[in-house]
Amino acid sequence: MDQNELRQWENRCIQEEPPPCTAACPLHVDARAFVGQVNQGHWADALKILHRTLPLPGILGRICDAPCRLACNRKEVGEAIRIGDLERACVQRTDGRRRVMPLPKKDIAVAVVGSGLSSLTVAWDLARKGYVVTIIEPTENIGAALIKRHQPLLSAEIISVEADLLAHLGVGFVTLTEIGTADACRRCLNSHAAVYVGLDAVSGMPWEIGSREDPNRNRFAGATGRDGLFAAGDHPSAVWQAAQGRWSATSMDRWLQKVSMTAGREKEGPFETRLFTRLQGISHLPALSMADEADGFSDAEATEEAARCLQCQCLECVKVCAFLEHFGSYPKKYAREIYNNESLVLGERKANRMINSCSLCGLCEAVCPHDFAMQDLCLASRQSMVDRGRMPPSAHDFALQDMAFSQSERFAMARHAPGTTASRHLFFPGCQLCASSPGQVRLAYDHLRNTLSGGVALMLGCCGAPAHWAGRQESFSAELARWKGTWAELGHPRPILACASCLRMFKDHLPEADVVSLWEVLEEIGIRESGIILPKAPLAVHDPCTTRGEPALQNAVRRLLTHLGVEAEELVLGREHTECCGFGGLMQNANPALAREVADRRGRRSDSDYLAYCAMCRDNLAAVGKRAVHLLDLLFPDPGNSDPAGRPRPGWSRRQENRTRLKEELCRDLWGEQPATLAGYRKITLRVSPEVETILESRRILKEDVRKVIAHAESGGPRFRHPDTGQFLAVFRSSHVTFWVAYSPVADGFSVHNAYAHRMEVLGP
Amino acid sequence: MKNDNVRPDDLKWRCCQCQSDLVVGQVAVTYMNNRFTTDLPHCPVCKTVMITEAVAMGKMAEVEQILEDK
Repeated sequence: MDQNELRQWENRCIQEEPPPCTAACPLHVDARAFVGQVNQGHWADALKILHRTLPLPGILGRICDAPCRLACNRKEVGEAIRIGDLERACVQRTDGRRRVMPLPKKDIAVAVVGSGLSSLTVAWDLARKGYVVTIIEPTENIGAALIKRHQPLLSAEIISVEADLLAHLGVGFVTLTEIGTADACRRCLNSHAAVYVGLDAVSGMPWEIGSREDPNRNRFAGATGRDGLFAAGDHPSAVWQAAQGRWSATSMDRWLQKVSMTAGREKEGPFETRLFTRLQGISHLPALSMADEADGFSDAEATEEAARCLQCQCLECVKVCAFLEHFGSYPKKYAREIYNNESLVLGERKANRMINSCSLCGLCEAVCPHDFAMQDLCLASRQSMVDRGRMPPSAHDFALQDMAFSQSERFAMARHAPGTTASRHLFFPGCQLCASSPGQVRLAYDHLRNTLSGGVALMLGCCGAPAHWAGRQESFSAELARWKGTWAELGHPRPILACASCLRMFKDHLPEADVVSLWEVLEEIGIRESGIILPKAPLAVHDPCTTRGEPALQNAVRRLLTHLGVEAEELVLGREHTECCGFGGLMQNANPALAREVADRRGRRSDSDYLAYCAMCRDNLAAVGKRAVHLLDLLFPDPGNSDPAGRPRPGWSRRQENRTRLKEELCRDLWGEQPATLAGYRKITLRVSPEVETILESRRILKEDVRKVIAHAESGGPRFRHPDTGQFLAVFRSSHVTFWVAYSPVADGFSVHNAYAHRMEVLGP
Repeated sequence: MKNDNVRPDDLKWRCCQCQSDLVVGQVAVTYMNNRFTTDLPHCPVCKTVMITEAVAMGKMAEVEQILEDK
């Protein structure tokens, strides 16, 4: 990812866009944060927020006409927040005096004519920039016109607090000085580097300043068409007068500094924010009335009114994704973290775990108003990590080993149906369905063979999804090429897939295979009606995340359920907005704890038993105690299991054994091939208690690994013995992992007491 | 990794091949092109090093993680 790509990604996430109130405010006051502080009763902190953007809050805070209210999202679900009244309450409760640090003094004199809000704002902004500012007021009192217009909200005392602050910044005041002639104007212009005329308090006539429509006044803020003369403030709204003063001050500063009058000023003034805030489900709340409108909000009333603020933000994706929530931020920040992770030369790559924890399910993109696809970002980053040799070996190793097992002679095979030499169809059940429900794979294949004409070949193996998810593009391409080769040898029969992940891989990466899902085929050819035991209660349909964007497939599943007479319940997040079970994208490998949380959260969406049509989804839900059946449990019930929803998730060792056994049984029963006899370490019988089974499973140690260690030790390899327990502790390094097993010989094999592993290699003393 | 990785019970194990008691001494380990030494129990005769569950699942796993993210 280069800087340009990063900016494109960042721009797509709108979480940091300003709320509508801030965008609508001519001065861009952070009203959301301000109201948040008021809600907490933190008046001083609320005032600090006003100080950041509001000139002279003691004055403007009392008279602001709050155009933000017209943009407030709350008005769609009640009435707009009374932000202006809250500002008033805030400045009434807080001390207007504060320390202001001006920039170093510049030896440049500036005159500000009139002491209306726009003039005071110009004086405030320019004095803080170090200019020598003089306010020239025709009457006796500074702010006289302001007080007159805004009684009783403003008084001479209130103005004097802010005038003191201006004086502290070095602003000089000249009163009782009317500049009413062309000569006086010229003298004023000659004796000052720049002059501002506040049209909210004095007339522009003597200065020959045109009306608001005069093109001379519209070249930039405060323009009059004459060098060094600036004027604005002739807007009826108080906050607009202040804003015009601010923009004029910017123009004056730029003119005096001889820099561009227009560059980078696009966001001056109100604009439409891109921030999206979901309003569905928010209850309607009217604005709070004050007990006494003249006194303003009481503390309690202000807190209650501020509590109505929606604190507008997007977070559409974070609200529905445990992964995005887990890492404590949102996509815009994640994009930056991923960019930094990639650019790092030396030091800790802190985002590795985050990048590898995404399930790549795409729900974020489905809910995002701007289609931010976290899965694309994470996958590209994984591919880049692999290419640069920066992928942590432990992240996906176990899944890749399992894929290698699926592609080995212990599972992979391809045959035309027994007694045939050509096939119109190909059943490809995928690796994990065979690992979880080998019996039903066989029944489904029998049914397809018996029902479809033209021959149904069988291919066992893996589609390569683990390599794709792990960012290993070369390996994934090799797996696809291999699959394609076998498919070609079978004469390009139409693939019927039982796994949604396989379907996704082939549709996205091998479209010429023109795959179809088993569910759509079964809907077309019909199902065996015998022996089906219907569930007593409705089943909540859990769509695999890889079926997002596959409504035809999702509908076929529902029609099959209807045909069976099963009442289907729709989950809150289903179909296009379905959630991952925690296996997708190899999340389970890189971050098992998070994957468990994801499965658990998914399982809690409904109290009903779930209906899954992906073996991994069913098993992951079962692993967190959620009762779930696989669609094949209903279509091809196992007579030996009266409660398929309660079937526990088979462990990793069992999943490999199931695959090997399925292949052996199919080869023997359908094609009359005798399986090879078990050789070497595979003959070893293990005695493993349920506690040790749990340890093996959580540490991802296969019984196959345990057998290798024991075989190695028993044939003279290194081992230790504990004199008290008599147990042996043996070690064997297999590819990149060192396995340790504590065991004892028993009559028919070996009892396993413990096992653990590490990747670090021990070189020796 | 420091010497507190070795607990008294760890030294009860004996090397089966050499029938020796274990000793604690500097052992070299390597991961992802990083090599360092630490005190670990091993057989003084055949030099086979014993990694206990506590070391494998504790410090070693921690260091592996750090080196993987480096």
